Amino acid sequence: MIEIDIYKILDGSSGEMPLEIKLEIESGSFLAIRGESGSGKSTLLRVLAGLSEASGRIVVDSEVWLDEGYSLDIQSRKIGFLFQDYALFENMTILQNLLFVNRDLTLAKRLLKLCELDKMSHRLPHSLSGGQKQRVALCRAMMRRPKLLLLDEPLSALDMDMRIKLQDEIALIHKEFGTTTLMVSHDFVEIYKLSNRIITLNSGKIIEDTTPQDISLKDNLLLDGVVLDIIEQDGKSFYLISVLNQIVKIESGDRKIEAGERVKLSSNSLAIDLGGSYV
Amino acid sequence: MIEKLTSVDWTPFILSFKLASITAIILFIISLPISWYLATTKSRVKPILEAITALPIVLPPSVLGFYLLWGLSDSSFIGEFLSSHFDISLTFSFVGLVIASCFYSLPFMVQPLQSGFEALNQHMIEASYIAGKSKLETLLYVAIPNIKPSLLMGFIVTFAHTIGEFGVVLMVGGSIPNETKVASVAIYEQVEVMDYENAHIYSLVMLIISFLVLLGVYIFNHRYKSRLGRR
Repeated sequence: MIEIDIYKILDGSSGEMPLEIKLEIESGSFLAIRGESGSGKSTLLRVLAGLSEASGRIVVDSEVWLDEGYSLDIQSRKIGFLFQDYALFENMTILQNLLFVNRDLTLAKRLLKLCELDKMSHRLPHSLSGGQKQRVALCRAMMRRPKLLLLDEPLSALDMDMRIKLQDEIALIHKEFGTTTLMVSHDFVEIYKLSNRIITLNSGKIIEDTTPQDISLKDNLLLDGVVLDIIEQDGKSFYLISVLNQIVKIESGDRKIEAGERVKLSSNSLAIDLGGSYV
Repeated sequence: MIEKLTSVDWTPFILSFKLASITAIILFIISLPISWYLATTKSRVKPILEAITALPIVLPPSVLGFYLLWGLSDSSFIGEFLSSHFDISLTFSFVGLVIASCFYSLPFMVQPLQSGFEALNQHMIEASYIAGKSKLETLLYVAIPNIKPSLLMGFIVTFAHTIGEFGVVLMVGGSIPNETKVASVAIYEQVEVMDYENAHIYSLVMLIISFLVLLGVYIFNHRYKSRLGRR
């Protein structure tokens, strides 16, 4: 069991804001954290890792990491951390990156094999693609056999194919090692695929604590979009709405929405693609 | 022409190179912890320390030379201690020159190293702490190996700057042949006695060496940057 009850003042873009998080996480679970940028998601991970200071209490599997006047140093917290920019040791080969953390060659080889990196273990990080780098970083993070694996938007810099591959590998590693994992993510597909619990932060506080299934069922299909333009066609008025990197055209009807406004699109039915003609 | 070159006394050059090499090595060792501290600290005294280490850039060499002469002389605390216990005199000696050069060239080593450390990906340093490594281990195995261009730059600029020093050397070391008469001082003396021929040879040698050193640095940096660019 991981108990978190922390307090910290954040210097946000809109002035000071308190980060107040009270949370209990079951060991072995996979928690996704989402929220607007600046809501304190990354800071929460950094406080858990000991990279940022905070007051309050953190207990991980009955080991106290933070308490009044006491803070276990970063080096002694058994943590695995995945940064968005990989943060590999550029002067070391892939294998050396892993062995620098822990000289357990058997574990290193097992991890590299799991992530299909075993054939390139003697290459230097600068010769790898972004996806390969992040897989090395994932293996490296597991080398300490961490009690807590913290993933800070680990896949946001990768393209869609590589994301899916890495999601599978994160899921595989989680299944193999059963490490309690906290992942900051904006990608709902990723969250749904990996996590079994999801919290939403807003201005430093938890405003929602639920399961991915509950969110998806409750919202049905709810997509965020922005009205790009309003056009006239055949005597009718249409909105051009940007959603999920696509542009959709929707008849305006009686609604009065200005260009530039944010909208939500919902749907209860699916259109079926029949060789290019839509039904 | 060859006859001329063989008749030239090269000892001032050898002395200059010896002084520059020793100074660069000592400063390299001293500056690593200083620049690492300056790059990583959030302390309020940081600007004060930065200003102190940068002082030799703006101070007239005569001011620095005067204070060093005063601080190293046999009547000073350090000078008296060394001369009474070890029979070492710091002024007008090679050891004194090395100490003076270390003060004079300090910013030329500290600043490239500090900017090298500051430009490192902070997440990489944090990843090392998370991996359970201490600050010292992180410095030795992660930070230093990843700032190689800055190390080279610091080393070469310090070396070149020490070769080029004149005012401080003259004040602290004087011009004792084979002991403190380095190339820059030798040129000054040749001009003073109107030995323009030797002054020309010495100056040309200094000019060529300085140009080659800087050319080497820029070629290396250019190659290193284009290698990074291909990533």
